[in-house]
Amino acid sequence: MSTPAVTTPSRWRALTRHHLFWPVAVLIALLLVNVPFTPDFFAIRMTDGHLYGSLVSIVLFGSPLILVAVGMTLVIATGGIDLSVGAVVAITGALTCSYISDQADQNALAGVFLAMGIGLVAAVVCGLWNGFLVARMGIQPIIATLIIMVAGRGVAQLITDGQIITINSEPYKLIGGGYWLTLPFSIFVVAAVVAVTVALTRRTALGLLVESVGGNAEASRLVGIRSRRIKIMVYMFCALCAGIAGLMISSNTSAADGNNAGLWIELDAILAVVIGGTSLLGGRFSIGGTVIGALVIQTLTTTIYTIGVPTQTNLVFKAVVVIVVCLLQSPKFRAKVFGAKGRARTTAPAEPTTPADAAPKMEVSR
Amino acid sequence: MSATTKTRTAAEGRTPSTPAQASTAARLLGDRRLPVLVTAALFLAMYIGGLSRYQNYGFGEPQVFLNLFIDNGYLLVAAVGATFVIMSGGIDLSVGSLIGFTTMFTAWLVERQGLPLMLVIPLALGVGAFGGFLMGYVIHNFEIQPFIVTLAGLFLFRGLCLVISKESISIGDSTVSSMAQTRVSLGLGELSIGAIVALVVLAAAFYILHYTRFGRRVYAIGGNEQSALLMGLPLGGTKIAVYTVSGFCSALAGLLFMLYIQSGDPLHAVGMELDAIAAVVIGGTLLTGGSGYVLGTLFGVLVLGLIKSIIQFEGTLSSWWTKIATGVLLCAFILIQRAMTARRKT
Repeated sequence: MSTPAVTTPSRWRALTRHHLFWPVAVLIALLLVNVPFTPDFFAIRMTDGHLYGSLVSIVLFGSPLILVAVGMTLVIATGGIDLSVGAVVAITGALTCSYISDQADQNALAGVFLAMGIGLVAAVVCGLWNGFLVARMGIQPIIATLIIMVAGRGVAQLITDGQIITINSEPYKLIGGGYWLTLPFSIFVVAAVVAVTVALTRRTALGLLVESVGGNAEASRLVGIRSRRIKIMVYMFCALCAGIAGLMISSNTSAADGNNAGLWIELDAILAVVIGGTSLLGGRFSIGGTVIGALVIQTLTTTIYTIGVPTQTNLVFKAVVVIVVCLLQSPKFRAKVFGAKGRARTTAPAEPTTPADAAPKMEVSR
Repeated sequence: MSATTKTRTAAEGRTPSTPAQASTAARLLGDRRLPVLVTAALFLAMYIGGLSRYQNYGFGEPQVFLNLFIDNGYLLVAAVGATFVIMSGGIDLSVGSLIGFTTMFTAWLVERQGLPLMLVIPLALGVGAFGGFLMGYVIHNFEIQPFIVTLAGLFLFRGLCLVISKESISIGDSTVSSMAQTRVSLGLGELSIGAIVALVVLAAAFYILHYTRFGRRVYAIGGNEQSALLMGLPLGGTKIAVYTVSGFCSALAGLLFMLYIQSGDPLHAVGMELDAIAAVVIGGTLLTGGSGYVLGTLFGVLVLGLIKSIIQFEGTLSSWWTKIATGVLLCAFILIQRAMTARRKT
């Protein structure tokens, strides 16, 4: 008789303990919020051989963010952070577009590929520089990447000469705004990048190495892991992802804007990573969680538009969601708020820490 | 390790062989004041360089120097607030949007609601300090990274700007314009009210950081949180206070900015937190916390201001060179800091 009563809560607990539970729950909740306002929110229809629908556009507009966030996940997993991705997005877009705009025939495939190559190489060089500063010089990641974050926008404006470069290139348009097999092409790019990343980190030892470097760089070095090389690689990979996102953004608008391209994307990406459950302290990461986190952020933006919240409250809304999600993920907050319920269930070692930690705080808040 | 030995040999190689001088050099390199001195020297070198290049254009006039304070007073106040936070080992990304919010808030209250300025000023400062307090409270009590919490603060305050109004509100209030135009003569030149307030804040911060118990606690927590806790220092109270100070300074900077520009705009001071952090770093404060001087921040702000005015005097350079120059300087100073900390460990 009592067996089902015992197993149901334990299954439920196992489910809530799963690292993707909270991100997925938030995503589903956000998606469901839309339904009363737009009943056909989940409908996907076929027009002109392309699939249209809110879900498709969420993925389409969210794809640069997913890319940047996936790169950021690996950087954060090594205990670092990369603030320069927004600037790298701007530099890549600026270089590629300025190269294409100098071409006689902007539709020539060779020219477009070369332009994209130049842009991506520049991105990787930025990543190499970040990695060099962090791994070789031992500078704090926040600061090391702050340099390119500040200077990079200046460089991007220097490349575009302070103008917005517009181009008219059909093949280039494909990456960010084109369709392939009825779906937006950028979805395929994102899927490919995510698949490669997951394969490299979970099917080879690379992911383990990244986590061990993030857990304790010195210990992993002593074990024989080349932690510096791993760090440099991770920053280069993050910059490459940002570069691809830069191509996508500039291709979607057919223009390069040194000032505004990828503005604040680093903050959104870090948020996506945090929402996805990757600890900012490093040592653990979840690519799946990050993808869901990025989708949460994009869904949030879409939701704000569809439910008719005035667009100017967009940022306030976002701030509130960020705080709520972070609070829900904070073990201390959960212990405090759900403490009464949690304490009865939690194992013995967890108990003494909660009141002990809570006690000095009470003095503080007075 | 190898980098450390290299710097030592390099330092010894440069100085003549007498041991007294070598140890002087070693002491100098290990001196915590070195970054501040380097920044001050850089400022002097840039100023002299500007003097020789633009002498015919009036660069040498004292007013040009005083204008650095007038044009960057708000940045100085914001950077002083950021110094407290960074010294304690945290970071505050909400500075810029809190400044923007304060300009918007005061402009809205003064222009749209018709409240007297003297009532609005304490209100705005209170809101700023309370915002900082809330962020500090969340950071300490729920152990969420300061980076994330202040990032949410950035979004929140920028969003609140837009909630107040999407368009900029220009301020035509007579008290504001008369305050903005007031100039205090110093004999050689004149300072605006904003610049004087900024200098007062700097002096107050200097006193608080170096001569009060609270200042010591900030240093101690930045140096090593765990040891500070074991020493019995009130960790939470100090942390929350540090963010409150930063919020207050940001709001004050917002008021000065509002005075300087005489309008409220939801897009005012976007990204100013980066300028503030850059000024603090260039001023020689370690981003890991626990080491630095608020005077260094003054020089950091002055160097950034001087870059702007040199670019103005040059005339042909575009505004984006400011960003590039700031980035290059930031890089140079971070490397200097790195060389210093590597040295101190041995």
